[in-house]
Amino acid sequence: MEFFLQLLINGLSIGLLYGLSALGFVMIFKASSVLNFAHGQLLAMGAFFFLVLVSWLKIPIVVAFLITLAGSFVLGFAVERIFLRPLIGESLIFVIMLTVGLASMFKGLLLFFFGGNLQTYPDFLPAGLALQIGTIYVPPVYVASSLLGGVFLLLFGLFFKYSPQGIFMRSVADNQTAAMSLGVHVKKVFALSWAIAALVAGMSGIVLGIINGINVHEISSIGLKVFPVVILGGLDSIGGAIIGGIIIGLLETFTSGYISPSLRDVIPYIVLVVILLIKPYGLFGLVEIERV
Amino acid sequence: MRRLHFHPCGNYKERYAEHLCLFETDFGRMWAIIGLIALFGVVPLASSPYLLYVINMTGIAAIAALGLNILVGFTGQISLGHGAFFGVGAYAGAILATRLGLPFWLSVPAAGLVTAGVGMIFGIPSGRLKGLYLTIATLAGQFIIEYILVHWEGLTKGTMGIMLPSASLFGWAVNTDRRFFLVIFACLVGLTLVASNLMRTRYGRAFIAIRDNDRAAEGMGIPIFGYKLLSFAVSSFYAGFAGALWAYYMRSISTEPFNLGLSVEYIAMVIIGGLGSIPGSIFGAVFITGLNEILRFLTDAMMNMSALSGFGLNMASLREFAFGLAIVLFILFEPKGIAELWRIVRSTFRLWPFSY
Repeated sequence: MEFFLQLLINGLSIGLLYGLSALGFVMIFKASSVLNFAHGQLLAMGAFFFLVLVSWLKIPIVVAFLITLAGSFVLGFAVERIFLRPLIGESLIFVIMLTVGLASMFKGLLLFFFGGNLQTYPDFLPAGLALQIGTIYVPPVYVASSLLGGVFLLLFGLFFKYSPQGIFMRSVADNQTAAMSLGVHVKKVFALSWAIAALVAGMSGIVLGIINGINVHEISSIGLKVFPVVILGGLDSIGGAIIGGIIIGLLETFTSGYISPSLRDVIPYIVLVVILLIKPYGLFGLVEIERV
Repeated sequence: MRRLHFHPCGNYKERYAEHLCLFETDFGRMWAIIGLIALFGVVPLASSPYLLYVINMTGIAAIAALGLNILVGFTGQISLGHGAFFGVGAYAGAILATRLGLPFWLSVPAAGLVTAGVGMIFGIPSGRLKGLYLTIATLAGQFIIEYILVHWEGLTKGTMGIMLPSASLFGWAVNTDRRFFLVIFACLVGLTLVASNLMRTRYGRAFIAIRDNDRAAEGMGIPIFGYKLLSFAVSSFYAGFAGALWAYYMRSISTEPFNLGLSVEYIAMVIIGGLGSIPGSIFGAVFITGLNEILRFLTDAMMNMSALSGFGLNMASLREFAFGLAIVLFILFEPKGIAELWRIVRSTFRLWPFSY
């Protein structure tokens, strides 16, 4: 029973991370229907930017966090402006391959500057954040990341629900042509959604870095884990991303705990194929699959 | 003797057969023959062993890229699992050769057929999915196949890898780079012919119809699912064939090379070469393999210079960067790939000096 509970807690925390990582991905897909294969690298960019600020330049944590968010925002904006805008209206494979090429470029740059070794942030979280539930110990990082994730979810929920920009973004996601004819500046929305997505990715990257340490290869592979998560949750559903993340996280930890640790990395993809075959639009996605 | 065909000054084609012919002019045919003679007569004798090794790798990559172009460029189904299929072919070839003791000439095509079967299994999602959903499904296929290759130890010996017997064709030992060159490029020429002829048959035209508008194709009576599966099968056959050749050439295989990076490399070849173009696949294979070798050469050169050795170590990571940059630049500036550049160059020469 204790083993089960420990797995449950682990799975929930890993799942929450996956969910957080998937948030930015969903945001980009929702606004511009781009499958972003460079998402893992966006996460890594945020994590390393924070590393530079905190460990090398010794900037206070809170300030560094804010600067990282701002930097990621600018990065996302620039990526959309330089690379993706010329491809609006091009066929799917070019857009997909462009993000694949970007992923490879970012990864090369990060490896060039930081190498492939594991790096860690200085320990800055207060130990008082740790939770003790019965016999189970929850380390402070998980509590902090859950809190952070919760706050961001709430903020984005409100942003999408009430702010004009959020409403524009939802309208573009819903029907691009209609939004355009009603005076929504679609290109601006694309740029903004990339910028916000990169911001979220930067935040998730920092959380990942706090928990696992930062390693380019590791974070890139999490960027690919995003796919099972978002397919399970529904490609265009933000809540679905979180729930999908938690389900995939639980599935991974329970598989590695009860069946076989080696199956852990492939089980999400098996689930992915099954879901694609049975319910391709996921748990909360918009049903618009056509069958030809 | 019939009159030689040159480029006409207008479009005088009267029958579909004239549109579908392989060589538009007799000059084209002549150059193709001269090129083939040069390829088989001069290249293996004139190149150094290292260069020959690179050329052989290019040939193998070109076979696999041809297959992927049939699937992506002609049928419009994006697959991120081609590297895994290549691996399946390599393992199928190795297992057929070591366990069943099949000879070289039989085990390579048989590996292609096995891979075609596997490809059809992973093509089944294409019956319900298209576009990005199918892409994600093939991505999952890549990871699942990789997992099976590593963990089905009874069959693949897992991370131990498999050693292959040396290849021989009816008593002729294929054991040097030069002999492998002849085998690989004979296969490449044959498979290129098959591919370009396939695109002239009803099957190829059905593929193109599905790519251009799947609903209209369905409406015109093309059984879409069957043709998509066929396309997956043909494409995987090419990948498997190339993989088995590669396994024989390398003599020992392990699971590492067949990762997502390899799949991405193949897609990059197809895009950089030219989607939906048979020569494009070959151009792409030449470009990517050449780029890899040049970058490796640069890295090594930097490592050897003592002043730059620390920098050279870092250069290794820049290979990834340059690879990504090549993909991005081609997509942004020449999405039709090298095939289009080649066409422009050719027509410039043909029309010179009056380029209109």
